[in-house]
Amino acid sequence: MTQGFAGGAVAAARGGARLGRVLRGALRLLLTLALTLLGLIAVTFVIGRVVPIDPVLAVVGDRASAETYARVRLEMGLDLPLLEQFWNYLRKVLSGDFGTAVISSRPVLDDLVRVFPATFELATAATLLGTFLGVPLGVAAATHHGRWQDQVIRVVALVGYSVPVFWLGLVGLLLFYAQLDWVPGPGQLDVYYEGLVEPVTGLLTVDSLLAGEYEVFWNALSHLILPAGLLGYISLAYIARMTRSFMLGQLRQEYVTVARVKGLPERQVVWRHAFGNIRVPLLTVVVLSYAALLEGAVLTETVFSWPGLGLYITHSLFNADLNAVLGGTLLIGSIFILLNLLSDLLYRLLDPRTRKEMGR
Amino acid sequence: MKGLIGGLFLAAALTSASWADTPKDTLVIGKNIDDIITMDPAEMYELSTSEILVNIYDRLMGLEPGDMKTLVPTAAESYKVGDDGKTFTFVLKPNLVFHSGNPVTAADVAFSYSRVIKLALTPAYIFDPLGWTPENVDSMLKPLDARTIEIHVAEALAPSYVLNLFSTVTSSIVDQKEAMAHEKDGDLGHEWLKTNTAGSGSFKLKVWKPNETVVLERDEKAWRGEPAMKRIIMRHIPEPASQRLQLEKGDIDIALNLTADQIAGLQGNQDIAIDPAPKATINYLGLNQKVKELANPKVWEALRWAIDYQGMADSFLKGRYIVNQSFWPAGFFASLEENPYHLDLAKAKALLVEAGYPDGFTIEFDAPSSAPFNDVAQSIQATFGQIGVKVNITPAEAKQVLTKYRARTHGMVVMYWGPDFFDPHSNAGSFAYNPDNSDNATSKPLAWRNAWDIPEITQQTLAALKEPDTEKRKQLYLDLQRELQAHSPFIFLFQEVEQVARRVNVQGYFSGPGADLVYYRGVTK
Repeated sequence: MTQGFAGGAVAAARGGARLGRVLRGALRLLLTLALTLLGLIAVTFVIGRVVPIDPVLAVVGDRASAETYARVRLEMGLDLPLLEQFWNYLRKVLSGDFGTAVISSRPVLDDLVRVFPATFELATAATLLGTFLGVPLGVAAATHHGRWQDQVIRVVALVGYSVPVFWLGLVGLLLFYAQLDWVPGPGQLDVYYEGLVEPVTGLLTVDSLLAGEYEVFWNALSHLILPAGLLGYISLAYIARMTRSFMLGQLRQEYVTVARVKGLPERQVVWRHAFGNIRVPLLTVVVLSYAALLEGAVLTETVFSWPGLGLYITHSLFNADLNAVLGGTLLIGSIFILLNLLSDLLYRLLDPRTRKEMGR
Repeated sequence: MKGLIGGLFLAAALTSASWADTPKDTLVIGKNIDDIITMDPAEMYELSTSEILVNIYDRLMGLEPGDMKTLVPTAAESYKVGDDGKTFTFVLKPNLVFHSGNPVTAADVAFSYSRVIKLALTPAYIFDPLGWTPENVDSMLKPLDARTIEIHVAEALAPSYVLNLFSTVTSSIVDQKEAMAHEKDGDLGHEWLKTNTAGSGSFKLKVWKPNETVVLERDEKAWRGEPAMKRIIMRHIPEPASQRLQLEKGDIDIALNLTADQIAGLQGNQDIAIDPAPKATINYLGLNQKVKELANPKVWEALRWAIDYQGMADSFLKGRYIVNQSFWPAGFFASLEENPYHLDLAKAKALLVEAGYPDGFTIEFDAPSSAPFNDVAQSIQATFGQIGVKVNITPAEAKQVLTKYRARTHGMVVMYWGPDFFDPHSNAGSFAYNPDNSDNATSKPLAWRNAWDIPEITQQTLAALKEPDTEKRKQLYLDLQRELQAHSPFIFLFQEVEQVARRVNVQGYFSGPGADLVYYRGVTK
């Protein structure tokens, strides 16, 4: 009983200590998160203010009278000291107000909610494609090192890596849309289907399925094929190259030789032993490539008239639309932080060493 | 995986029937529409928005297809100019109705004009010469009965000029009841009208997704008759090459941003017709008078002879720009239509020697990095180089160039200018007008931006603005144009020609010389 009680107390104390550690960890994480975001806002804010474009000009245009110009300048708070401007902005952001975008006359938050799903849909499809094709290709190249399979895969990856995506996009359109008629043209939907589905998630493919509009779904999906295929190819090129080099590194290791000497089937040597060891660095590669795509692929979005985040932010930048740029940057920053967090968590699941550390 | 991709392509192929032609009653226009930032006529001044709003709202006066030189009453049935030149009385057409069903009344006209002044947003400057202020504007606009309005202006101006003001998109007639029903904190419906419309034109706004689409729907009860097109869809297609592909495939009916190469590539395509539509936008060089070398009139003249106007117009600008060497473009009331300058390097060099620069000099040249300015800048750099003038080009985003230009810190700049309405004062008031050349002047016309101090020419411009006799007035503007053509720090280069590339089955799309003269109502397919 005593023992039991003592044991219970120890367990409780240990449990309490663990809880404390977890709480402290979470707190530290939140603090880092907040500081990172604050730093991000500060940097973007300063860049926005030193850009050699007059932000008032973006609002009132070139021909407004001097009175209008002066009034809008005051309204935008541009007469205040920079620090005060920053503080005002920060206060608003903390209360969830990102201000109104000049380029759309709407709240920045509404704009982001509208444009981000388009990018998310494209980036997710591309990353899935890039990962599920790129990884096996990279492994195959490594296991056939120096042979023709390796050469072919390397050339495929090299093209994806070095040819400008802008050009690839146009050629893709010319071939698959204009000549072969396999896919529809630029845009997210055909004109007929415009406005048929009410946005719920903002993802056209998902919303159309939810609404039971299967024709719209197929149309949205068919519009997604070419741009997603293209971006998927680019990410495939990167992922395959990295997989190949990671795998080559592992296949030279002694434990692989040992496994082979032991007479393990090659498949098991490659996939279970060697591949098992590159899962963690590979995850970083995939997550980074996904994050890069989520920022919005400006050139692809331009060629395919895809109303995504990349186009939105670029357009806001060129118009010195500070609210929109800051809002967009904050979103991208948050995505990066979240994805990093996610990959950290996945590390712990995948890597037995970090798993042990967690348990300890 | 292979199976999945094959399946996707199969699915695409199965639905491919649906991406053939556009619907019979829908016009799909492919265009770069990233300039649209608001739909409120009291706030907007962007080209794409003008084009849209002119089809949604009516104005008292306007230009009709077929005659771009004669202003006629449109929403108005008739008008009278008082003997004092300061009173204008308009009678509205009977039975005009807004999209909401409310009748269009004189009170709506008064409301629309006064809200431009009271909101004091960008386009308010258009009414500046009328002497209207937030305090006095209500007393200047007097509805006499439901259909009659008496409009007063502070001082007598040329009537043709004032009537022109009432044809601009800024003077669109807004449905007062509808706007005020959505008023917030005394904003006269501004917040709501940014993303909604309340007009009486042939079309109404259905959807505006920024940088994505604008959808207009016809008004079945439109007073001009029900348009044949049920819907007008404008799709944002920023990349001209994509526009071309979609036009050729029939996914869009009209493409508006094709480059000279692409236009040439479409010649011979039986399904596509190209209609050139001369616009009133002009391109020019501005020489900052704060730069010593550029303040020398002999240098102005030398540089005028060192530009290959025709060479550019015949090569990379072919079909998109024509040579225009005066501040008021060709094809309108009081257009000069004389282009005396051409490339003559020997003459240019001699003038430069006469100016005291036998070895030339170096100038900074700010140019927007987009077409056609980048190419124009390079051509000018090459020919100026041949007479010893070394040009350093600083390419930048157009807004960045503009910021520098407005701060008068440029050397030489290449820019564009489009009139707000088709009266020559719209350009004279900026190129040939500079009442205060000091650094902290409140108004910043183009003459000011180039620090060109011109008290006499400013007086001439004001005299032309007030001249009631049309023939005399025309002569005054011709004189002004000749003066600036030969003796000013402006070198006028080109006039824009829009190329409307359309599917041959699309008829009746009217694209006039201004963005606010594009009419969809006559389109048939």
